[in-house]
Amino acid sequence: MSAAGTSAPLLELRDVRVAFGGLTALDGVSLAVPRGRVVGVIGPNGAGKTTLFNVVCGFVRPDSGEVLVRGEPLRGHRPHHLAALGVARTLQGLGLFGQLTVAENVMAGAVRAPRAGFLPTLLALPRADRRERDLRAKALAVLDRLGLADAADLPPGRLPHGDQKRVVLARALIAEPALLLLDEPAAGLSTAEISELTGLLATLRAADQLSVMLVEHHMDFVMGLCDDVAVLDFGRLIAHGPPAAVRDDPQVVAAYLGEAAADG
Amino acid sequence: MTHFLDLTLTGVTDGAVYAAVALALVLIWRSTRVVNFAQGGMAMATTFVAWDLVHHGHSYWLAALAAIGVGLVLGAAAERLLIRPVERAAPLNAVIVALGLLVLLQAGAGMIWGGQLRSYPSAFGIKGFKPFGHQLLFSPDDLFMVASVAAVMLLLVLLFRFTPLGLRMRAAAFAPEVSRLLGIRVGRLLTLGWALAAAVGAVAGILIAPTTFVGPSQFDPILVSGFTAAVIGGLDSPVGAVAGGITLGCALSYVAGYVSTDIGAFAAFAVLITVLMLRPNGLFAGHAERRV
Repeated sequence: MSAAGTSAPLLELRDVRVAFGGLTALDGVSLAVPRGRVVGVIGPNGAGKTTLFNVVCGFVRPDSGEVLVRGEPLRGHRPHHLAALGVARTLQGLGLFGQLTVAENVMAGAVRAPRAGFLPTLLALPRADRRERDLRAKALAVLDRLGLADAADLPPGRLPHGDQKRVVLARALIAEPALLLLDEPAAGLSTAEISELTGLLATLRAADQLSVMLVEHHMDFVMGLCDDVAVLDFGRLIAHGPPAAVRDDPQVVAAYLGEAAADG
Repeated sequence: MTHFLDLTLTGVTDGAVYAAVALALVLIWRSTRVVNFAQGGMAMATTFVAWDLVHHGHSYWLAALAAIGVGLVLGAAAERLLIRPVERAAPLNAVIVALGLLVLLQAGAGMIWGGQLRSYPSAFGIKGFKPFGHQLLFSPDDLFMVASVAAVMLLLVLLFRFTPLGLRMRAAAFAPEVSRLLGIRVGRLLTLGWALAAAVGAVAGILIAPTTFVGPSQFDPILVSGFTAAVIGGLDSPVGAVAGGITLGCALSYVAGYVSTDIGAFAAFAVLITVLMLRPNGLFAGHAERRV
């Protein structure tokens, strides 16, 4: 790895601009996720949070600006390149495979695992079989870590919503990513589940040196978990810093609560 | 009783071929949600290649291997060059492209090998087994047909159920966008799905060729039977495709034996309609969402 690779932030966006027709979704956003940090992106609906994620994932191509991973600019990257870069993303809509079991869902996330060749697989040779068992063991270990070992052979649709969100997390974690992108991880969770999730992410981060970038509406969750918070409003980054500073920023207050009435 | 046994054995043998064609259709439906109407034409083309080799004195087995190899390439090429460009368009576009491919293959085969029917050798003897002095309508070659289709189905089930590659193929088929995010090369797997399907179709072509002979449009009726078998099985399940094929084969055999040999096609459609009325998603479908 180059010298730049070790000191550069894991993920960096430089002056990213995206417009859909006349609508500017991202207007010159620069943002970095340093190693081992948890960065939260917040903002009102339509502020450009999901577009930001889609740019990082390669679903949306920026009109200008660049995305760098470990200091290396990504050129023409596509969604399937992310896993190889050590980036895993969860989706707002879960995106679980309803027709596969929970364990199979998690196994499908492990593309970086050594894979058997096509012919051994097709002929069901012992080597392919052994790798399949290794992969399953790995999936079960991740599920166990997230407290889902009992659900391994159920279809995900049979689990409560909170558990399904943990399956999504397990599927992202089995790829052993360096950076985890979480799209509204707390959405639809109860207060108890949210504090459970906060604890879980804090543990994972400490144990795996995981960097996280998350988009979220739930303020307490973001303020409790993140090292840095970035606030988007109409595609512009209006504040960026530690949670406490961002919370009191007059621009952020205005974006969330509306402009203060002029003193009369 | 012997009559019933004979009809059943004939039904199972015919059904094995329907099952093989149904397997090919199911493989493509699973991966790209397209009903490949060119399947009969692709099997015809690969069987003509095999016929050419046999005709020039090569062994049956070499010809069979060549047909499967050509099938793999033909299937992959069809997906990459013809289906990929219409992947995001309306489903009807892919159907029309497949029909176009069928016409192209039939015309091409006519130009290369001519329009007349060619006979094709069978792998084993076609003289029926004769256990305990009873002459059965079931020959070593029939046994080979049934065993071949069973082996193909078993390999596919092993591939899909018990290997990481099969898991990825299923994931890519069910949710391509999510799979891409997970790092799965969805495009490659779709190509692989088509290649496998065409190879299975090539096996079906070789198995049926001794009975139907080889000609440019000789496999069209087989596609109808295979499609019926696949729909009976629910279009999504390899095991369902084989069960559908055997069910259809036996039903048609009983109709031919007890009623009349003239109403085979009618009986096939009657079976199809009955199944669709009672179990609209087929006998083996696990879920209900459909795009077509």
